[in-house]
Amino acid sequence: MNRDKPLSVGVLAVQGAFEEHAAMLGRLGADPFLLRKRADADRKMDALVLPGGESTVQGKLLRELDMLEPLRQKISAGLPVMGTCAGMILLAKTLENDAAVYFGLMDITVRRNAYGRQLGSFTAKERFADQGETVMPFIRAPYIAAAGPGTEILAEVNGKAVAARQKNMLALSFHPEVTQETTVHRYFLNMAYSAGQDWG
Amino acid sequence: MEQERYQLNKNLAQMLKGGVIMDVTTPEQARIAEQAGACAVMALERIPADIRAAGGVSRMSDPKMIKGIQNAVSIPVMAKCRIGHITEAQILQAIEIDYIDESEVLSPADDVYHIDKTAFQVPFVCGARDLGEALRRIAEGASMIRTKGEPGTGDVVQAVRHMRAMMSEIRRVQGMRQDELYEAAKKLGVPHHLVTFVHENGRLPVVNFAAGGVATPADAALMMQLGAEGVFVGSGIFKSGDPAKRAAAIVKAVTNYNDPEMLAALSEDLGEAMVGINEQEIAVLMAERGQ
Repeated sequence: MNRDKPLSVGVLAVQGAFEEHAAMLGRLGADPFLLRKRADADRKMDALVLPGGESTVQGKLLRELDMLEPLRQKISAGLPVMGTCAGMILLAKTLENDAAVYFGLMDITVRRNAYGRQLGSFTAKERFADQGETVMPFIRAPYIAAAGPGTEILAEVNGKAVAARQKNMLALSFHPEVTQETTVHRYFLNMAYSAGQDWG
Repeated sequence: MEQERYQLNKNLAQMLKGGVIMDVTTPEQARIAEQAGACAVMALERIPADIRAAGGVSRMSDPKMIKGIQNAVSIPVMAKCRIGHITEAQILQAIEIDYIDESEVLSPADDVYHIDKTAFQVPFVCGARDLGEALRRIAEGASMIRTKGEPGTGDVVQAVRHMRAMMSEIRRVQGMRQDELYEAAKKLGVPHHLVTFVHENGRLPVVNFAAGGVATPADAALMMQLGAEGVFVGSGIFKSGDPAKRAAAIVKAVTNYNDPEMLAALSEDLGEAMVGINEQEIAVLMAERGQ
């Protein structure tokens, strides 16, 4: 894929911190656009971002605005996707403390609100994949309680898995989009560029 | 409160953006709100329309009632304390509330001072009618701002007035010369560094929601078009004919606030809206409480 052409990245914008993702992707030279309804989900895109917010709200709106199925098909077909916090919950096959399933594509079991209420929110600085240390804000965050064999754990905090990758899917418990650090977004855009050869 | 905690508290408000925060008085209502797509709920004993009707002194809700709501839903739970009531805020922090609303809807406990919110770990949202009020609350440690609207009336005119005032003042500050910012800070009665932030970024340093008098999907979308980043709905839902349906429609209207066809479809067949009171007809202007 031609690296001179900006990647077109859909950012789910039904609720949550989607503008922060779009702004960061824009700073890194990508071309983000917001997904609010079916017609947006049908647009051609090179990558998809599922932002933080409330997973119950996002999941409900994805369904009712008729975006869940078309996006699920794209992700299944290999569209590179990054889910942060609520986005990780949307991607997970199983939730440990909730019967809901949304995309249900990534072989991870996620515990919602795993650190408790807002008083349990915290910031960590830990290694992410092979990219060195990065700042990780956890806001009423989930963590990965279990992961399937095809899933690579990319970061751990206090012994809990907080970032994982399975093929085209990247899931994070924390919020790189509210920091000044571009490590994770760069990693994801590289993922999307490499996938581009197959994805088109 | 250390800087990192304040940052995390502002971040939580960012996660609520594009969402609807609903007033609820029982665990049952909280579940209805969550299922309808609320991104958070405000737990209180009486919704503003009833507070207004009942008159008298209105206080923080019973912690037991708030805990019942915390146990009923997985989304963030907020609760109100009286303006300046440090102890009510401490109690809400002790039960691990996710956000405290230092609210003019309750009777003010202090007619001069607001709470020093920097002394707390949990985040605060505060009402503001204009840029000066918003930045004063932020200087005191608020990590989220909302318009004051006029709660319990079903009349959106004041929320519109506050949002318009705030956005127009932000644009004015944005266009100033550097050396004019000192005078602006003096006139607004706020710290210079906060005016500088507005000048450089064209927005408040925290998330800004609309609140007060929102009763229909169109009201909610209007507030978004005027610059709100999300919407509080108080009496508008559980004082209407079909709360679940109206709540769900308002949630979708906030997501697609710029899509008139979708808004038209969402506005159909919602049943009875709450009965409104015009601002000229009310005896107590809650927005005047706390400047």
